Amino acid sequence: MLKIENLHAELEEDSEVKILKGLSLTIKPGEVHAIMGPNGSGKSTLSYVLSGRDGYAVTEGSATLEGVDLLEMEPEERAAAGLFLAFQYPVEIPGVGNMTFLRTAVNAQRKARGEEELSAGEFLKVIRAKAKELQIDADMLKRPVNVGFSGGEKKRNEILQMAMLEPKMCILDETDSGLDVDAMKLVSDGVNALRDAGRSFLVITHYQRLLNHIKPDVVHIMSEGRIIKTGGPELALEVEENGYADLMAEAQA
Amino acid sequence: MMPRAKLKAQKVEAANALLEGRALPQGGAWITRARSAAEKRVRELGLPTKRDEYWRYTDPRRLTAADVEPGALHDTQGEPPAFDAFDRVKLVFVDGVFDADASDPMALEGVEICQLSQAAMTDLHWARDLYGSLEARGQSPVERPLASLNTAYATQGVLIRITGKPEKPISLIYHRESETSDAMVHHVIRVESGAEATILENGPFATRFNQVMEVDIADGGTLHHIRAQGRDHERVGCAHFFARLGAGSHLKSFTLTANGALIRNDSVIWLDGAAGSAHVAGATVGDGAFHHDDTVFITHGAPRCESRQVFKKVLRRSAVGVFQGKILVNQVAQLTDGYQISQSLLLDEDAQFLAKPELEIYADDVKCSHGSTSGEIDSNQLFYLRARGVPEDTAKTLLVLAFLAEALDEIAEPAYAEDLRARLEAWFERRG
Ligand SMILES: Nc1ncnc2c1ncn2[C@@H]1O[C@H](COP(=O)(O)OP(=O)(O)OP(=O)(O)O)[C@@H](O)[C@H]1O
Ligand SMILES: [Mg+2]
Repeated sequence: MLKIENLHAELEEDSEVKILKGLSLTIKPGEVHAIMGPNGSGKSTLSYVLSGRDGYAVTEGSATLEGVDLLEMEPEERAAAGLFLAFQYPVEIPGVGNMTFLRTAVNAQRKARGEEELSAGEFLKVIRAKAKELQIDADMLKRPVNVGFSGGEKKRNEILQMAMLEPKMCILDETDSGLDVDAMKLVSDGVNALRDAGRSFLVITHYQRLLNHIKPDVVHIMSEGRIIKTGGPELALEVEENGYADLMAEAQA
Repeated sequence: MMPRAKLKAQKVEAANALLEGRALPQGGAWITRARSAAEKRVRELGLPTKRDEYWRYTDPRRLTAADVEPGALHDTQGEPPAFDAFDRVKLVFVDGVFDADASDPMALEGVEICQLSQAAMTDLHWARDLYGSLEARGQSPVERPLASLNTAYATQGVLIRITGKPEKPISLIYHRESETSDAMVHHVIRVESGAEATILENGPFATRFNQVMEVDIADGGTLHHIRAQGRDHERVGCAHFFARLGAGSHLKSFTLTANGALIRNDSVIWLDGAAGSAHVAGATVGDGAFHHDDTVFITHGAPRCESRQVFKKVLRRSAVGVFQGKILVNQVAQLTDGYQISQSLLLDEDAQFLAKPELEIYADDVKCSHGSTSGEIDSNQLFYLRARGVPEDTAKTLLVLAFLAEALDEIAEPAYAEDLRARLEAWFERRG
């Protein structure tokens, strides 16, 4: 599904700031991978580089989605190809209704893929059902995108978008941060409901707890722009107990 | 710096030169009096120049020149005009001349409508006291000689007296068919006590237009004014909107301006009675050779009044947007609530926004705020939309419309706001 090889990225405006330094990672269809790593290790940058945010220059390496070069595409093309990023910090857009935003997005992707657009009625039916599962009320759908949403509401709204867009490759950047216990369960259920053989997940998190709900197949530890260790779910438990110091020392050696 | 006296002499000389050999239009005694007085004002004030305080950002030369520069007509590509879908009483002007055949009968319950050309010959008592009077009042503290010029020479326009609550809006439609038309139109509107109506205006008007609308709202009256100045690029014009509000009366005036080489809109509003409210708003979209100027002057002359000014401009390429907005609070106007915001969204580095917000307050117990900002499209918002699959152009249009929404929200009736919003969306889609 997603194949990242020896990815190097730096800040566009300051090539001295090298963030990704030879990152490699392969996710097969249907798999859930988790990335853990200290603050500033480049996890969000990886998600931005994959989804096409301005400001980063890829100097080496490649990233493909189902064999197609992601890095050459515009952000909207990547989305239409099936990539989705649940933002660590969802963006507020005053003046754009949540519902309008989602319908525009869903239909833009369908159009890009040569599929028929959803009518207003169909769209409404689908979104109501999915919003209900995530306990997002009608009022939140009407309000401007993320404006005045609590931290947890913003994260649930990200998952709603994911559920509506039905992407193939979902990257969740700290979707658990800021969630209370119940919301964490809600969000995890939302994610698990989307798990299937044709869909893959890359879950970025600081906490092992999320991984109790969303069971990963593979766990990666990232440090200073690289994957320094890859293992099974037990790796997350090890980090939870001992922190990153040992793993980092091990990698240096 | 040129000495004031010399500048003034030049302005007066220019006015006299422009009026040389020009006779006042024919009319009855009352209107001839009003026109003569206005003509005298023009000669005394002189023509505006870029050296005048309120013309610093906008060069009035094309508005004051003796001749009109020809301008090409705009191909509307079948796009229906604003408010097309609404049931309304249509009063049509072609190049500034009333077209009775194209207009609806002037019959509507709760309204009296009369053409200026007819009223000029008869004696319409309510209009007689009003024609030119608010314009004359509006010459101080800021001089507005172009409006006096209009009072003196306009032969076209309508006089509308609203006595009830008409069920339909009155729609003033300005077609443009000539590449050299020079239009002068003067409307007078009187809203009687407790009456309420909506006045719509739309269309390109003329190659050059000079419009005055004098609005007198009696105690407890309400007027909604929604104007869509649009479409033709190659035209210049100025519109003066003078409104006087009695106690407990309300005014909402909204203007959408798209295209136009040079458009200047002056709104001059007096809150004369207690507990009135005046909301003036504007949304402007300009691309390329576009210069748009909103100049607003609101005077709080009585206690407990509320005023709002909300102006939003989206500009690109060499488009220039100007906002000059003033709130003057007289000493008697305690408990005034005044608000003013002007914002621009510059879509590239060539566009320009010039703002001059002013507050002048003589009462001590007031709440007044004003703010002006100039910014570009937020890159985080743009990326967020694109990351969800929304193409860049569509995403930008969404953000631009979101930016303008606050101004459109000032329109009380959502259906009109939606009509204008949809036009803006089409405008951006056409341009990419
Ligand atoms: N646009 C930017 N400008 C300046 N520095 C940046 C920018 N983007 C990323 N960085 C720097 O790159 C490094 C990696 O940042 P990134 O946000 O990817 O880390 P992270 O692993 O997601 O951290 P966290 O766990 O705190 O979310 C940090 O040192 C950060 O300051
Ligand atoms: Mg991060």
